[in-house]
Amino acid sequence: MSTRPLIEVRGLVTRFGSHVVHDGLDLEVRRGEVMGIVGGSGSGKSVLLHTILGLKAPDGGEIFFDGRPLSRMTAAERAALERRWGVLFQGSALFSSLTVRENILVPIREHVSLPPALMDEIADLKLGLAGLGTDAINKYPSELSGGMKKRAGLARALALDPDVLFLDEPTAGLDPISAAAFDELIRELCETLGLTILLVTHDLDTLHAVCDRVAVIAEKRIIAVDTIARLATNSHPWIQDYFGGPRGRAALRS
Amino acid sequence: MAARHTDSLVQPRLAVSEAEGRAVLEPSGDWLIETIGQMDRQVRAVERDHSVKALHLDVSGLGRIDTSGAYLLGRPLRQGDDPVPEGRISGDHPVAARLIREVHARMDHCPPEEASGWGLRKMLTRLGAGTEHVLDEAWDTLGFFGHTLVTLGASLLNPARLRWTSTVHLMETVGINALPIIAALSFFIGAVVAFMGASLLETFGASIFTVDLVGISVLREFGVLITAIMLAGRSDSAFTASIGSMKMQQEIDAMRVIGLDPYEVLVVPRVIACVVMAPLLTLAAMLAGLFGGLLVSWVTLDVSPSFFLTRLQNVVDWTHFMVGMSKAPVFGLVIAIIGCRQGMKVGGDVESLGQRTTASVVQAIFMVIVIDALFALMYLEADI
Repeated sequence: MSTRPLIEVRGLVTRFGSHVVHDGLDLEVRRGEVMGIVGGSGSGKSVLLHTILGLKAPDGGEIFFDGRPLSRMTAAERAALERRWGVLFQGSALFSSLTVRENILVPIREHVSLPPALMDEIADLKLGLAGLGTDAINKYPSELSGGMKKRAGLARALALDPDVLFLDEPTAGLDPISAAAFDELIRELCETLGLTILLVTHDLDTLHAVCDRVAVIAEKRIIAVDTIARLATNSHPWIQDYFGGPRGRAALRS
Repeated sequence: MAARHTDSLVQPRLAVSEAEGRAVLEPSGDWLIETIGQMDRQVRAVERDHSVKALHLDVSGLGRIDTSGAYLLGRPLRQGDDPVPEGRISGDHPVAARLIREVHARMDHCPPEEASGWGLRKMLTRLGAGTEHVLDEAWDTLGFFGHTLVTLGASLLNPARLRWTSTVHLMETVGINALPIIAALSFFIGAVVAFMGASLLETFGASIFTVDLVGISVLREFGVLITAIMLAGRSDSAFTASIGSMKMQQEIDAMRVIGLDPYEVLVVPRVIACVVMAPLLTLAAMLAGLFGGLLVSWVTLDVSPSFFLTRLQNVVDWTHFMVGMSKAPVFGLVIAIIGCRQGMKVGGDVESLGQRTTASVVQAIFMVIVIDALFALMYLEADI
C-alpha cells in the first residue's frame, strides 16, 4: 500500500461572487483513515466537500485523487473515478419517486450488469450493511424517519462498494442513541470494508467515536490536522473554544 | 481494499472438487460487483446440486473481493440465519473469511416487492380505488367548501379580522397581473368568432348577423370562460403551489401553534380576491372580445364601428351580459376553493406537491366547464 495520500487538496480557492470561502486551503486524506472536517457555521465545510466531489468547480488550486489531478481528467476517467465514491448528502438526497430498494439499485443498474435476482439480494445486503430494518425496503422516502433516511442514503452510497465514502453531517438530526449507533456503524464499515471516509460534522461525539484525524477549517483554510487528543491541546483560540467548551469537554471525558 | 481499476480486473472462476462426500469450492480471480454477474448461475447450480452440509470453501486462490462477491461466495454455505460454522472456510486470504462472515451476519432477506399484474382482478381493484378516490375528493371538497364559507362569514361579520393587506396584494396578482393575458386571449377569440361568422353568414347574405353572433357568444360564454380557465391555469395552480410549499415547510403548523387560523389567513383572502376580481376580469374580457369582433367586422365586412355598436345595442339584450357576469363570481369561488384545498392536502414530499398542483388545475377547469353547463341548463329552463 502506497504512502501517497488518496485525496490531496492543494491551494484551493473558492468564492461566491466577491465572498471568498477558501483561500489557499490544503488538505491530505490518507488511505484507510477516517478524516473529520470541523469548522464554524458558514466556514465552508460543505463547500469543500462539494468541491472535492466536483459539484463546484474550484476557482484556484487543484485537487488530486490518487495522485492524479481532477481538473485534467477526461470524462471517462472521471466517470471511472466516481464509481469508487459513495456520497451521503446532508438531507440524504434519496430519489423521492423511488422506493428504498429502487434507490439502492440506481447506481447498480446504471453501472454493472447483474441478474435481477442477485441484484435484489445485493440491495437487501446493502440495506443490512447500513443497518436498516427489512420492512423499510419497499417504502418511499417520505414514509421514512430522519434516521432511516440516513441509513437508506448510506445503503445507496455503499451500493457499488466504494473505496471512499463522503459523509455530510451524517448524524445531524438524529437522536443520541441513533447517532451513537450510526457512529458505530461507520467505524465498523471502515474496519470491515477498509474504506477511506471523509466526513463533515458538528457532532463532537461523532468526532471522538469515529475519526482517526480531524481537520479544522477556520480563517478560510485548514488551520490544523491532528488527532482529537492533540487538537485539544492546540493553542489556537477557535480550537480552544471548540474543544474546550462545555460540550467539547463533555465529549472528551466520555 | 486495494484500488480498483476496471481495466485490470481478473475474471472470476469457480472450481468445485469433490472428495469423500465433501465438495470444496475453490474460487479464483476477482469477485467484485463488476464481475460477479456471470457467476450467479454457476453458484446457483452448486447450491442445487450439493447439500449445504457437504460444502466447503477454500479462499486461498481468491483475488480481490468486495461485499457483493462475499455475499455470492457465502451464499452456498448459508443455512437459515445461523452463522457459517467454523472450519467451513479455509485457505489464506487477508479479508475474505472475515468479510464473508460479516456479510452473512448482516444479510437479511427483505420482503419482495408487491407483484404488479394486469389481471382482471387488478383492473377492477384499480377501478374501485379510483371511484372511491373521486367520491372521497368530492366529499372532502364539499367539507372544505363549508369550512371556508363559515370562516368567510365570520370574517365578514367582523371585518377587523380580515387580512386586508394580503387580500389587496392577492387581488393585484390574481386580477391586475392577469388582465393583459386575459384581454389578449379574449380579443383573439372575439376576432376568430367574427371571422368564422362573417364567412359563414355571408353565404346566406346575412353577414350583418355577425354582430349578433359576436355579441351573444362573447357576452354569454367566451368572456367568462376565458377568464375562468386562465384563472384556473394561472392563479389556482399558484395557490396550490404556495400553500403546498408552506405546508411542506411546516409553516401551516407554525401558524396553528401561534394561534392563527390558516383558513382565515390563507384561504379567505384568496377566496375574496378571486370572487371580487373574476367579474372585473370578465368585464375586461368581454370588452376585449367585442373589440376584436368589431375590428374584424370593420376590416372584412366593412361594418363601421359606430354601426357595429348601434346594432349591438339594438339587438343584443342586456340579459346576455348579466348571464355572463352572474357566472363569474361562482367560477372565482370554485377556483379559489379547489386551489386552496389541494394546497392544504400536500404531504411532506416534493412528489405530492406536483401531483396536487396537477390535480388542482384539472379539477378547477373540469368544475368550471361542468358548472357552465349547469348554468346553461338553468337559464334555458328559465328562458333567459
